[in-house]
Amino acid sequence: MAQKEIEVILTRQLASCLATPVFIVDAAGTLIYYNEAAEELLGRRYDEAGEMPAEEWGSIFRPTGRDGTPIPPEDLPLTVAFREGRPAHRDLWIRGLDGVDRHVGVTAFPLIGQAGRHLGAVCIFWETTEGGDSALGNPRVPGGTGS
Amino acid sequence: MEIALWGTRGSLAAPGPDTARYGGNTSCVHVHDGAGTHLILDAGTGIRRLGGVLPPGLRRVDLLLTHLHLDHIQGLGFFTPLYDPGMELHVWGPASPTLSLRERLMRYLSPPLFPLHLRDVPCRLHLHEVPRGPFAIGGFQVNASLVCHPGPTVGYRIADRTGCLAYLPDHEPALGSPAFPGAPDWTSGFALAEGADLLIHDAQYTPDEYAGRIGWGHSAIPHALRFAELAGARRLVAFHHDPAHDDDTLDRIWELFLRESACAVPVSLAREGERFLLPRPRTAGGCGGVADASAPQTLPYRSAS
Repeated sequence: MAQKEIEVILTRQLASCLATPVFIVDAAGTLIYYNEAAEELLGRRYDEAGEMPAEEWGSIFRPTGRDGTPIPPEDLPLTVAFREGRPAHRDLWIRGLDGVDRHVGVTAFPLIGQAGRHLGAVCIFWETTEGGDSALGNPRVPGGTGS
Repeated sequence: MEIALWGTRGSLAAPGPDTARYGGNTSCVHVHDGAGTHLILDAGTGIRRLGGVLPPGLRRVDLLLTHLHLDHIQGLGFFTPLYDPGMELHVWGPASPTLSLRERLMRYLSPPLFPLHLRDVPCRLHLHEVPRGPFAIGGFQVNASLVCHPGPTVGYRIADRTGCLAYLPDHEPALGSPAFPGAPDWTSGFALAEGADLLIHDAQYTPDEYAGRIGWGHSAIPHALRFAELAGARRLVAFHHDPAHDDDTLDRIWELFLRESACAVPVSLAREGERFLLPRPRTAGGCGGVADASAPQTLPYRSAS
């Protein structure tokens, strides 16, 4: 049986311990994990959703800008991090699989392993209110805005 | 394939009368095929004695380092083939994201920690950063993969026509896994150990000890047992004994665990001087493919020649 790369395993293990919503894609762009905090944000447990190819996760959460204009998958931070190998950040709106719209800050970074191996990308979500406050129990950083 | 244990202790050498049965030397395992290929896994303090009993006239040795923590390299400077101009010594090990294997080794093998510089040793020294994917050394096929342990650390899977050895002396696959073991493909080291005839694996701590050492890179005994079962190993040799565990303590701990926690895989404690023989003929497909294979034999201790 094939085994995930150790850097990916450790990333998931870290994510599984965090209250920060985290979303991980592998080197093929397939969604391979999101943690419990992300489950709350995305509206479905990972065990129910399972792995998703890029073309599916890039649209299933219906990402849009403030005015409701759809954001194409190639402009999503996670796609930028994955394809271009650089960090990316953006504010956007998503519709969770529970049908609820949420305003989130999204930061993504490429996962580069030992010897420069491209292993995928990691995305961190931060739900914000219009005033910049965090919601959904996202932990507040002292002195931070939560967004 | 014949496998001999020359150092079974973890973290720090612990010689003395109270560790004489299981041994006080740190990690070192000798593997040879009877046809002239000699592999040495790690250069803990056990490598010093091994260096003195290698076959006369041997011209090449391959040393495979799992990582560069001191208990795995401390014996290297005392390995006599290092000082033999006729010896071709190949050292394999992991680089770090910023330093080559040579640069990393030189941090130890140079003053003030050691009197000589690595560049000055007389043998013909070849350093190799372990490649990803299988590579061949003599008749052995070797696979190295990064495993869960602080810093760049690999485990090894070594196979030939007679069997398959998995060597993961420093390994914490349960780190961050609330319900260990989980799915095989999400388990550190699984691909190395899957179906191995002999699995030499970290089992340094009791669960109580592990609770205070999470993230230090080692396994509690139940983790080693469950990992061996998950991998479908044919035999587990519990390795990297804690230096604070003398022989009587090890016997007492393991008697308790094996009585209270059944393990589907035959298990024994690594004992310095112990040898194993993987005798079974192989078919295509590698490890685990022979239904009627016999278990690895344990042989009486003798020298390496």
